[in-house]
Amino acid sequence: MPHRLLKFGVSKEHPEPRMFHTPAQLKDAYDVVIIGGGGHGLGAAYYLARDHGITNVAVIEKGYIGGGGTGRNTAIVRSNYLTNEGARFYQASIDLFQDLSRELDLNLFYSERGHFTLAHSPASLRTQRWRAEVNKHLGIDSEVIGPSEVKRLVPEIDLQCGGHLPSIHGALYHPPGAVARHDAVAWGYARGADRAGVEIHQQTEVTDIEMRDNAVVGVHTDKGFIKTRKVLSAVAGWTTAITPMVGLRTPLTVHPLQAAVSEPLKPWLDKIVVSASLHLYVSQSSRGELVAGASLDPYELISMRSTLDFTEGVSGHLVDLFPMLGDIKIMRQWAGLSDMTPDFSPIMGTTPIDGFYIDAGWGTWGFKATPISGKTMAATLAEDNDHELIKPFNLSRFSRWQLVGEKGAASVGH
Amino acid sequence: MKIIHCPINGPRPLQEFHFGGQVREMPVGSQVSDAEWADYVFNRSGEPGIQSEWWYHTPSGTWFIAERDCQSDECIRTYLYGGRESDA
Ligand SMILES: Cc1cc2nc3c(=O)[nH]c(=O)nc-3n(C[C@H](O)[C@H](O)[C@H](O)COP(=O)(O)OP(=O)(O)OC[C@H]3O[C@@H](n4cnc5c(N)ncnc54)[C@H](O)[C@@H]3O)c2cc1C
Repeated sequence: MPHRLLKFGVSKEHPEPRMFHTPAQLKDAYDVVIIGGGGHGLGAAYYLARDHGITNVAVIEKGYIGGGGTGRNTAIVRSNYLTNEGARFYQASIDLFQDLSRELDLNLFYSERGHFTLAHSPASLRTQRWRAEVNKHLGIDSEVIGPSEVKRLVPEIDLQCGGHLPSIHGALYHPPGAVARHDAVAWGYARGADRAGVEIHQQTEVTDIEMRDNAVVGVHTDKGFIKTRKVLSAVAGWTTAITPMVGLRTPLTVHPLQAAVSEPLKPWLDKIVVSASLHLYVSQSSRGELVAGASLDPYELISMRSTLDFTEGVSGHLVDLFPMLGDIKIMRQWAGLSDMTPDFSPIMGTTPIDGFYIDAGWGTWGFKATPISGKTMAATLAEDNDHELIKPFNLSRFSRWQLVGEKGAASVGH
Repeated sequence: MKIIHCPINGPRPLQEFHFGGQVREMPVGSQVSDAEWADYVFNRSGEPGIQSEWWYHTPSGTWFIAERDCQSDECIRTYLYGGRESDA
């Protein structure tokens, strides 16, 4: 190694640039404690500082930031949902995503691809017409296209699905559908929050929440007790371990959701293709790998193990849609946790406990919501009042029998 | 968990089974408030740990109960509703 390079390397003048500080230890008290350093928790921390000037904030992460669902998803961003409430909310997230690389001064590789939801039956084509009409009404770019148009836009597709499965009758086409670099979203928000004075404590686990007279007074961690009057639980798939700490009952159940990538290929697929009937969604990453996911694992499990059943299923269905992939190898597979709600909408906002706020129920659909949930949860914490966009998603909707039936959600097999 | 002990058919591969959700007591509808009924309909325990669950052995059409750790995925025991335990 050249002497000058070695000197440069060990010199204190040029420390390795870090995305954010590692604070020495926890303070005694914070204005807000955020449990969970995924995109949602870090996003909320960022917007608390940016929009509300609240910076005496700690994000407590038991592992490393982005190590949960944020770094495990297939990174699909879209807004062609079925309910007014859902479509409006996810569209607001896309609006933020489109400007986010500039705002965070970090390339998020936000890449608009066009998103196809394939219909394998007249019935699913009917649902897609319905979705397209709701979308258009809200100004969202979404339309139903026929099989020949699908073939024109994705020439490699086999419309007959190998001949042994229901053929493709058309698709819901959503041109703004995009993919992004998910871990960069977590890092970007972390750096932004850190620069504003927020502390990010990794390798620190919340073990209990202290309450007095139905109000939060502090949080126990494996590194000590912290006083605070406001706690945001932003732990997605781990929520069912947090809510018992404050005696809150929810409809959440947790299932693993798995994904895999193939070996890298030359670019050939510039669209995002989803088939609910084949339990498959696939896009090609900027590295050339095919990123593919399937449907939810069939029973409750709070564990991130992956299975051979999944790899077999996903590989088989990839070949059903794209017969040319027969010789391509799967490189890696993994799983994340999906906190499922009965209506496939999130649970967000205030709770019956003073100072306890929840951001959960992100199931298979929460990555795309990262910017807007950060922003709306920050507003909700700052004003102790649910932000307008998330009112329909309050936990109380279940006891009021006012569910938001979101049949446009992914990987839930309808 | 790759094998489940069906109380009728013994150890069988997971693929032969269907998950039926947590075992819960249904309150008498006419005796509870709307809020209590909503709690029964929607809320689940969801906590990490051992829970009682309905499982269905598809080939033989057998519904039974399994006590399973939903974090380690270990099946502790299986039995028919109101009775017979599996041999395992
Ligand atoms: C395979 C897969 C594919 C997916 N595909 C998509 C997709 O294409 N599009 C989409 O929109 N969504 C998708 N999702 C869903 C999405 O990934 C999640 O909904 C989203 O990432 C949730 O983000 P979050 O910030 O709320 O939680 P997470 O990123 O899961 O962060 C929660 C964090 O909390 C930490 N934590 C938990 N308990 C504690 C504790 N007691 N103390 C301290 N810290 C704690 C965890 O370590 C974790 O880092 C997918 C999910 C999976 C698993």
